[in-house]
Amino acid sequence: MEMQKILADVQEIFRDNFDDEELVIDRSTCADDIEDWDSLEQINLLTAIEKKFGLKFKLEDVRGLQNVGDLLDLIARLVG
Amino acid sequence: MAVNILDYPFDADLILQKKRAIKRELRAKENLLPKKVAIMSGVTVGVMQDILEIYLLANGIAPEFYQGQYGLFYENLCFDDGSLAQFAPDVIYIHTSMRNLKAMPVPGDTAEDAEKLAQAEAGRFLQAAKAGLALGCPVILNNFELPPYRVMGNAEATNPGGHVRFVRRVNEILAQAADETPNLYLNDLCYLQAQHGMDAFSDQTAWYAYKYPCALDKIPYLAQSVANIIKSLLGRNKKALALDLDNTLWGGIIGDDGPEGITMGMETPAGMAYAEFQQYLKELSALGVLLNVDSKNEEANAVAGFARADSVLKKDDFVCFKANWEPKSHNLVAMAKEINIFPDSFVFIDDNPAEREIIRQQVPGVAVPDLGAPEEYIHSIDRSGYFEVTNLSADDQKRVAMYKQNAARAEMQASFGDYSEYLRSLEMRGEFGHFDNAHAERITQLINKSNQFNLTTRRYTAAEIESLIGDPNYVTLYARLVDKFGDNGIIANVIGHVAGETMDIDLWVMSCRVLKRDLEKAMFDKLVEDAQAKGVKVIRGHYYPTAKNLLVKDFYATIGFELKSEDEAGNKEYEFVIPADYQPQCDVMETLRVD
Repeated sequence: MEMQKILADVQEIFRDNFDDEELVIDRSTCADDIEDWDSLEQINLLTAIEKKFGLKFKLEDVRGLQNVGDLLDLIARLVG
Repeated sequence: MAVNILDYPFDADLILQKKRAIKRELRAKENLLPKKVAIMSGVTVGVMQDILEIYLLANGIAPEFYQGQYGLFYENLCFDDGSLAQFAPDVIYIHTSMRNLKAMPVPGDTAEDAEKLAQAEAGRFLQAAKAGLALGCPVILNNFELPPYRVMGNAEATNPGGHVRFVRRVNEILAQAADETPNLYLNDLCYLQAQHGMDAFSDQTAWYAYKYPCALDKIPYLAQSVANIIKSLLGRNKKALALDLDNTLWGGIIGDDGPEGITMGMETPAGMAYAEFQQYLKELSALGVLLNVDSKNEEANAVAGFARADSVLKKDDFVCFKANWEPKSHNLVAMAKEINIFPDSFVFIDDNPAEREIIRQQVPGVAVPDLGAPEEYIHSIDRSGYFEVTNLSADDQKRVAMYKQNAARAEMQASFGDYSEYLRSLEMRGEFGHFDNAHAERITQLINKSNQFNLTTRRYTAAEIESLIGDPNYVTLYARLVDKFGDNGIIANVIGHVAGETMDIDLWVMSCRVLKRDLEKAMFDKLVEDAQAKGVKVIRGHYYPTAKNLLVKDFYATIGFELKSEDEAGNKEYEFVIPADYQPQCDVMETLRVD
């Protein structure tokens, strides 16, 4: 799957989740950049991503995710 | 927004994803009832609060939340630092799971050891719940889901050291306590787990990584379940069903196939599905849910269907029977008028998606679940919790009979020229008593679900009602109305607050099924008597308008009050100076003091 397409889908999930239609994210976006992005929101984001891409993250997968770039790489690795 | 929140089936993923937008939209609605909800944590609350908020908003309740500290439900409740009491919750929800059970038996324990442990563990949760009850509000406690693994296999359910047997026993102790303790309600987490399947519900990643009691996509169901208990306690249940006939209560078109040609009864699989659906409806009716027919049919044909020996439902089971060629939306609105409830108290059941869509558009507020195949009909009603039972009073079980008596009275009314003559012919007897413990449950229920004949729309918790009993600064009255067609049960309450020679009527509610019977006049006569006994000279009445109580906007004027002021919002203040020779206003019934 193309990285650009993954980014677009993830951005859509972020927009829905944070109820902000104008939100733009890139690889460097991290929790500090979005006010409501805390550890509990992270769970909601990960669950929405699982549904969207048909994945099931393992505990090991979601450890140490620093920013959107890490997230995109993880998705790319799992969807193959 | 096209997201379906309340009606079966809803999209849990979409609700989770769009929670902020949904909340924003629901918060914008008018006439929301503000309530304070405290969530005490055994496991992660997180998104549970957001989704609970959505479900409460969708039921017309605007919650303000207090959140206890993570994992400290017991400490926060039993050793409140004052913040919980200060928050003054209207309801407390204790968000716990099987993971909060501290002590479990081990293989080799005797039945006696295990029982002691079960009592101690259940006792810990009940102690926390009772600390919550002491704040004077209802408490909702989860029971426990079954453990996701079994060291001994099947023997976990039978061996005294087995965890499955242990959890079931603890749940049984909690169930008994909830049944015996006023204001304590059990949220059946164990049933939710079974409903969704253990492996899907008790997602271990959700526990290890986030300490959630279940998979994230099951949180909406958990929130809905808790919200159903809360909205039921606040009188927001649905009250009636409007039912289509052809391919809804039986298979086939009775007008074409004839009564002998329709599918029902126990001979065919589809017939059995329809029979069980009818049985389900009959059981709802026994709880006081009003069944009504709303069908495009010739009435004679429709009646013939229920006359079949193998039809579980009979024509007599219905309060209104509209089988005609009117638009179904017209029928539904007309039925609401006839039985004196609001259209939004209805659930509309029809196999035809086009008819459902018309009701959704024409009569907003009516619940319109999607129906699926006949074998799924029960789910479409059952899974939404429209009729969640929290306090089952004897009156609920008699309600259907009462509404049918109303229909008989309406028929009789047609044969009288003079209305007073008609009222006297009903041989009515009004019974009046002061609030007491024996009737507190029904009094609270009536206060919290009356919307139309309700002057101030003040709501009271059971604890608040109990605190009024015997308080010398208050005049309280409940009324029961009996007539020759039957007993209407307790149908009106009034609360007067005495200060010196003045009494303010804080609350006056009456059930709409006894409108126009002059019961309110008889009640006022008794209220004046009680007020005079306390030295009251002036009674003050207050009318606060809501979307639903326009019916009584001039009520006080009709019983002799003088309007003193009215503000821009329509709030009115009235005064009644009790004359020395006050003459009773009601002369159409016998009245009786019952305490």
